[in-house]
Amino acid sequence: MTAAVREAPKTAGPPPGRSRGSFRIGTTALVYAALVAILVVGAVLVAADGKNLFSTGNIVDMLTRSSLLGFIAIGQTLVILCRSLDLSVGYVMASCSLIAAMVMNGSEANVPLGIGAALGAAAVVGLVNGLVITKLKVNAFIATLGTGLILKGWLDTEFAGPAGKVTASFQQFGYTRVSVVPLSTVVMLVLAVAGVLYLRKTRGGHHIYAVGGDTDVARLSGIRTDRTIVTAHILCAVAAGVAGLLIAARFGTGSALVYDYGLDLESIAAVVLGGTYLMGGRGGIAGTVAGVMILAVLDTVFNILEVNPFYKDVLRGAIIVVAVAIYARRQLSARPSRVRFAGGAS
Amino acid sequence: MSSARKLADAGRFLISGSGAVYLVLIAIFAIIFANNASFFEPANLMLFVKKAAPLLILAVGQYFVIVAGEFDLSVGSLVGAQVVLAALLIDGQESRTWPVILLMLLGGAAVGLVNGLITTLLKVPSIITTLGMMLVLFGAIRLLTGGAPTGALSEGFRVFGRRGIDDVPLIGQLPWALLIIVAVGAAAVLLMRSSFGRTLVAVGDNEKAAGFAGTRVWWVRTAAFVLSGLSATVAGILVGGFAGVTSQVGDGMEFVAITAVVLGGVVLGGGRGAVLAAIAGALTVESLFTLFTQLSVPSTIRPTAQGLIIIVAVAYASRERSRRHTPHPSPKPPEPNRHSDVALSKE
Repeated sequence: MTAAVREAPKTAGPPPGRSRGSFRIGTTALVYAALVAILVVGAVLVAADGKNLFSTGNIVDMLTRSSLLGFIAIGQTLVILCRSLDLSVGYVMASCSLIAAMVMNGSEANVPLGIGAALGAAAVVGLVNGLVITKLKVNAFIATLGTGLILKGWLDTEFAGPAGKVTASFQQFGYTRVSVVPLSTVVMLVLAVAGVLYLRKTRGGHHIYAVGGDTDVARLSGIRTDRTIVTAHILCAVAAGVAGLLIAARFGTGSALVYDYGLDLESIAAVVLGGTYLMGGRGGIAGTVAGVMILAVLDTVFNILEVNPFYKDVLRGAIIVVAVAIYARRQLSARPSRVRFAGGAS
Repeated sequence: MSSARKLADAGRFLISGSGAVYLVLIAIFAIIFANNASFFEPANLMLFVKKAAPLLILAVGQYFVIVAGEFDLSVGSLVGAQVVLAALLIDGQESRTWPVILLMLLGGAAVGLVNGLITTLLKVPSIITTLGMMLVLFGAIRLLTGGAPTGALSEGFRVFGRRGIDDVPLIGQLPWALLIIVAVGAAAVLLMRSSFGRTLVAVGDNEKAAGFAGTRVWWVRTAAFVLSGLSATVAGILVGGFAGVTSQVGDGMEFVAITAVVLGGVVLGGGRGAVLAAIAGALTVESLFTLFTQLSVPSTIRPTAQGLIIIVAVAYASRERSRRHTPHPSPKPPEPNRHSDVALSKE
């Protein structure tokens, strides 16, 4: 149990030399340093073009971009920390936007019901994902790709165009902002803080790190690993559902086509860009938020500079690959000090 | 005794993870036949082969990567980029056909090499590497087409996807696509029987053990990515010939190829599965789509079927694997059961 709990950051105790705790914080700090560097470089480039990156419009643009991806990436972080993966998030998001808009159907009284129905449906998809992975022992990649495709078939067949209508009050979620900060970004950050607290302070959060670090050791330590993975998948799907609500609020209606945004793979990219280890057990939501911000800043800067989409994609791809290569290198050098299970369980 | 034993072995193979796909394939063909016997007229069958060929080739490439324990998400966008680039470079001129095909093969190999080296030497998970490559290639497609592809493929280029050897007795036309599939399939089977193939499976099964046994793991995996890039190129040549040039060519093909390979009982994570079963998996996916068309199932529902199938197929295969902890059907070791358990079970 101690070994498993030690997977969680902060509980690692004062480390002798280079330990995992300092490593993790180091990576998160590195991501934020990268974010600042990209902001500075971006601001200089934009200024050279005679514009201001920090004008109200541009800040709103950056924050608005980040909130949609942010919701999904926060959920994705939880499943990736468990050494799992969720490729169905884009379809969950699209389904939830439709469910919310159709249940509300323009009536103020149905707003809570619409939100509940959408998030409930998302939770069911997450539950199915988790059960297929843990009980049927289907690889997470295939399981979530499969549920995603099932949803895609349903969406393509039932919804040729937009459907449903949200209420004016609900649209505030998409458009209200406090000075430069959109309400959706605030909600995203609140969710992120809740996620960080969940991972650091609660038993369930520590279990997620333990399961991702080594499922067998976690099970031998008395953790119900299946339950942990299912919980993470439910939370991930619900986070994608919140993204769906945001879509509905922005569009004023539900849209099936939003699954085409490619947010499933992009959220995974944001998570690993934020320093979370794709093989589970290391990383956290704070880093993910920075990863999301980096992608949003890049998008905004490219848009202002009217960069050719080709270079945009190339640069994005390169940044993600380089970042992960750097993290991998750091892990290699950190490995000798990781003698947690020296000569022990294998 | 021996014939009964053979029959039992065959039966066991057919319900095993990599054998089940043949049963499913036969079942689907039977339904197609019951529904519309004219499907099995040579002309229709050959048309089916031409349509299915690109996916079959892609599945072979994806098989190499998956059995070595990695993923290649870039193949769909690679097919698209190759076709668009070929149209741009050939621009309808017959004389440029072969140089461009050569260039495409080099390009495909180069993409595979980059994927492989980044994955193995820089230790970037292949899902991220190939996702990055996918972004780059999609960007390239957009840059080259600016929305609508320009140029045109030459007739000499399109021959491979749409034509064949005419006036063959019995079947009328023998498509080039069929010959290419047979050649690629045979080469893949031979490759998997060679020492390289065995090393590839060993690397996917247990990278550390393979390394201790003297395998250059990075090189074997990189070679698998190169093979995947090459097969995507061949698939691009076929699909360009058969369907022509649009900027949507190859969209989503990577996931269909992974579906096909997994349906063939090949285990994600590597180390298990046969290349013929992967090809059969691709054939199953294509025949299933044909069946849907025949039953006039709306094409929009296809993804749902695809999703259900891969989940069921993988669940079936993993049930099979966990059952193998009890006596292994392999006839090899005559030692007590318990002993062979330890030796043969992976977990």
